[in-house]
Amino acid sequence: MASPAPPGHAHCPASLSLLARRRRAAAANQQRRRQAGGRSRREVVVVAAARAMEDVCAKFVSQKVSKARWRPLPAAALQPPDIFATGSWDNEDNRISIWSVGDLGSVGLNGEYQGEPQLLCDIRHSGDVMDMQFLDQERVVVASSTGNVTIFRHHQNNQTLSTNQRWEKAHYHVDRSASCGGAACTGVICNNPEVVTVGEDGRINLLRADQKDAVRTIDNADSSTLHAVTFLRTTEILTVNSIGQLKIWDLRQQRNEPSQIFSLTGDRVPLHCVDRHPNQQHIVATGGQDGMLSIWDIRQGTMPVSLLNAHEAEMWEVHFHPSNPDHLFTCSEDGSLWHWDTSTSVAEKPSFLHQGGRSTTYFSHNTINQSLVSAWLSNDPTKDRMEITNLIPNQTLSVNSLDILGPCLVYGTDAEAIYVNRHLFA
Amino acid sequence: MGFQYHCRNYTCSKKAKTWQCGRPAGRGPPAPTRFLAGAGEGRPSSSCVFVVRKDQDIYVQTLRKLFNESHGIFIGLQRSEEEFAGKSRKTQLVQVSKNYRSVIRACMEDMHQAAVSARDPALHSQYSTQVSILSAMELIWNLCEILFVEAAVAGPLLLRLLDWVRLHVCDVDNMVREVLSSENPSKHELFWNVVDVFVLQGRMDEARHLLSKEASANPTSVNMCRILDDLMKKMPVPSLGNTQTLTEMELKWQHWHEECQRYLQDGTFASNSHMESICKILLGDENAILEKKELMTTWYHFLVTRLLYSHPTVKPMELRFYAQSSMDLFLGGESSPEPLDTILMAAFEFEMHQVIKECSIALSNWWFVAHLTDLLDHCKLLQSHNLYFGSNMREFLLLEYASGLFSHYSLWQLGVDYFDHCPEYGRVYLELHIERIPLNTEQKALKVLRICEQRQMHEQVRSICKIMAMKALRNNRLGSALSWSIRAKDAAFATLISDRFLKDYCEKGCFSDLDLIDNLGPSMLLSDRLTFLGKYREFHRLYGEKRFSEAAKLLLMLMTAHIAPCSFWMTLLTDALPLLEQKEVIFSAEQTYELMRCLEDLTAGKSDKQKFQDDDVETMKVEMLRLALARNLARVIVKEGTLEGS
Repeated sequence: MASPAPPGHAHCPASLSLLARRRRAAAANQQRRRQAGGRSRREVVVVAAARAMEDVCAKFVSQKVSKARWRPLPAAALQPPDIFATGSWDNEDNRISIWSVGDLGSVGLNGEYQGEPQLLCDIRHSGDVMDMQFLDQERVVVASSTGNVTIFRHHQNNQTLSTNQRWEKAHYHVDRSASCGGAACTGVICNNPEVVTVGEDGRINLLRADQKDAVRTIDNADSSTLHAVTFLRTTEILTVNSIGQLKIWDLRQQRNEPSQIFSLTGDRVPLHCVDRHPNQQHIVATGGQDGMLSIWDIRQGTMPVSLLNAHEAEMWEVHFHPSNPDHLFTCSEDGSLWHWDTSTSVAEKPSFLHQGGRSTTYFSHNTINQSLVSAWLSNDPTKDRMEITNLIPNQTLSVNSLDILGPCLVYGTDAEAIYVNRHLFA
Repeated sequence: MGFQYHCRNYTCSKKAKTWQCGRPAGRGPPAPTRFLAGAGEGRPSSSCVFVVRKDQDIYVQTLRKLFNESHGIFIGLQRSEEEFAGKSRKTQLVQVSKNYRSVIRACMEDMHQAAVSARDPALHSQYSTQVSILSAMELIWNLCEILFVEAAVAGPLLLRLLDWVRLHVCDVDNMVREVLSSENPSKHELFWNVVDVFVLQGRMDEARHLLSKEASANPTSVNMCRILDDLMKKMPVPSLGNTQTLTEMELKWQHWHEECQRYLQDGTFASNSHMESICKILLGDENAILEKKELMTTWYHFLVTRLLYSHPTVKPMELRFYAQSSMDLFLGGESSPEPLDTILMAAFEFEMHQVIKECSIALSNWWFVAHLTDLLDHCKLLQSHNLYFGSNMREFLLLEYASGLFSHYSLWQLGVDYFDHCPEYGRVYLELHIERIPLNTEQKALKVLRICEQRQMHEQVRSICKIMAMKALRNNRLGSALSWSIRAKDAAFATLISDRFLKDYCEKGCFSDLDLIDNLGPSMLLSDRLTFLGKYREFHRLYGEKRFSEAAKLLLMLMTAHIAPCSFWMTLLTDALPLLEQKEVIFSAEQTYELMRCLEDLTAGKSDKQKFQDDDVETMKVEMLRLALARNLARVIVKEGTLEGS
């Protein structure tokens, strides 16, 4: 039955580039500005321009993808990443899958395009995959809607996945022993060997990969649902919750209280995701239910430095580019994925990502961005410009997750597809 | 085997429709084999529960790719509405049709791979069945694309039909490959079969290429080969563009036909039966073509071959006569037409509604008819047709398909967009379906909520929030429960939760979930009780910060403005005690009078009988309060008097 696919069967979404210019908030916005402590709430100005993005490969995977994560690269690696993991949600049986994207451009034996992700192995996962983080090269920590936290090990020699460690019902409601007493674990962050999880039960767990029992648990850390967590420093974590608060927790202190609470006064718009600037740890980005991107400077004030009207629905994830943090990526329930580029605002700054095509290298944490005031905090409407590109023009269903490493972007959607772009800065 | 039909699959969907989805079959014993039965398949006993599923194909894993990818195309088509007019609109619609087909093909290939790698024979046959269904779907779609969407005219029509046959009759491909890869093709036993296949499919260049091999291998037939080659080369073909008129084409054709006729009558090919039969085929000799029945496998191949060599400029409207006679000739009364044959025949007869009807009956899914009908509707071909029930056929089929999606554990998200594009009943369907989606996590609830909010479905928004608030309450997550009821603007529920907070406070003496209560903001105004909760907490904060006069003012206000429920007044008055006992005077004379009035109102409101029942503690409290109030009044009168005097 094998016959060649008719022409026109290609998954190469064209792209739409939006050029946003920051500008002073208009009179209509002043009320909101006052709420936000006099800081500007910027509107994104859209100037359309087209740019082809032919490097995107799509694969329909027959399961709704809730998380996609690149496997971290060894310290000395120069090649771009080639392995990623995905987790599914809302299926009768959910799976953790490991995918490989081979060399781009070469054609395999069967004439198939090697750029398409190939499934290496997968394993069943009970409950929706709510969050997922690589602990190291081999192990991935998965948060489940059943409240379980599981570490899966990827055996690279025989391409199998196995359960390495499991904390049954690390998150739970009133009765842990009841069959359905688990509460969804909504977020997980790792700093090998430490793992921090948060959940719908408002609990924070500090786990160690090699220890069966939790190192520390903060019950009732939050009265509402905690949506995401990230490390601020090795001993401090940031959490965001469903009433729009950003909290800092110092794990050295025995007090079960946050050391600081930030919030958008009055709005109470739930925050869904949080990420910290890789080099300048005081800069934090969060995304909210209304699709707004907030940039916070946690050294000062309790309000965000800037509010950027972005997506039309929940922002599910926000990520600074790990080695080029002038770039930021956000994805949303409205089916869009935005690339925020502030590098244009600081004209003469060297950018290592534009040097070459395929063999692009990316430098870790130095030289970039040191002396300058970060473009994310600068608030001068005349100088800084921000270029925003919507990487998915015709998408309809939610983009649940994205991950970015080097020049490679991976994202997964509710339309049961995963997309890989390996030449993001080309 | 090409597009063999597996009829046992096809009755399911229609039958299942008469039973409500997911409901145990309660109305007499159904024939169990017809359903996707859960427990006790094949044994109709009274203790069985049959799992009746609405649209069986929805549950095929590989087909989910089809549903998801075609969803994108469907949305694109709805959005593209009327962007273009005339010719470019048609090009656009043909492109959409091709995209749909390419999705079917991609899915078919995946399914084929799955069938090849399946070890379990049952699984293998299941996949193979799916492959044949998919390929039948593509075959029908392709024909509909040529006849209805593109509406090819005489001339190009035949070329399109030829492409159609070449694309779909691929049983012979293996034979061709085998012969071509052999060392000496012309000596291969199937050599002439392959040449015939090429001729039957109108692939003249390839046929001529093979003939040249025969010529070089067999010197005696060189001359014959040259003549046949020449005939093949000269054969006129309709052009795609407007370079020649139909009459021109017909003239050329007549001329060429006569030339072939001459060679046949000359007996030029008499010494070689193969070449003679080829020449007869070129002349459109029905019997000669029918002799090659095995090489054509299907009657529609025969039809197209027959048209190619006898009526190359066939008009769309003439197709029905040739189709009918071709089928009759080909089947020769040996076998009766199968569903696929009936569908294709209906298409050749331009009976669009018949095609859709037959497909609905024959196929085990609604995907095909729903999308095809929608496409044809966008081609403005179905306008006149209205059903005596529901809206129109397009909407009816889309609703059926989307309802099927909603019955699936995870495909419900796709269904939403289909309902959106059903103008008449889509919204009602969506409202009914969306409420029935199980909400196991908050994230899923948020997604469902977003769907409802985007469509201003306030009733559903309220119900979802209420469900989530109830869940949170059951799990003792008062903070979450309050957040959900605030989102739903559900005042009654907010009151209920506020009472829980206050009760907890009375029992424990401290507030839980301070981070939430302190940040209520304007949402505090949702219900009186919530306002009280927020304000009461504010009083505690002021008191904690030692801002006593502000705290006192607020406390009094809570009672005089009747924000506090009466049952809580005693607690409030008790809270006033430490303020009354402070070293400096906090309550003014007027405020003290107010407090006294509050106390008297409270005690007077109670009947004597109740007073008796109240324990000593309560009576002592009242006495203490009276004492404190009196002392405070004394102090404040002195203080205020002094201030005025000085």
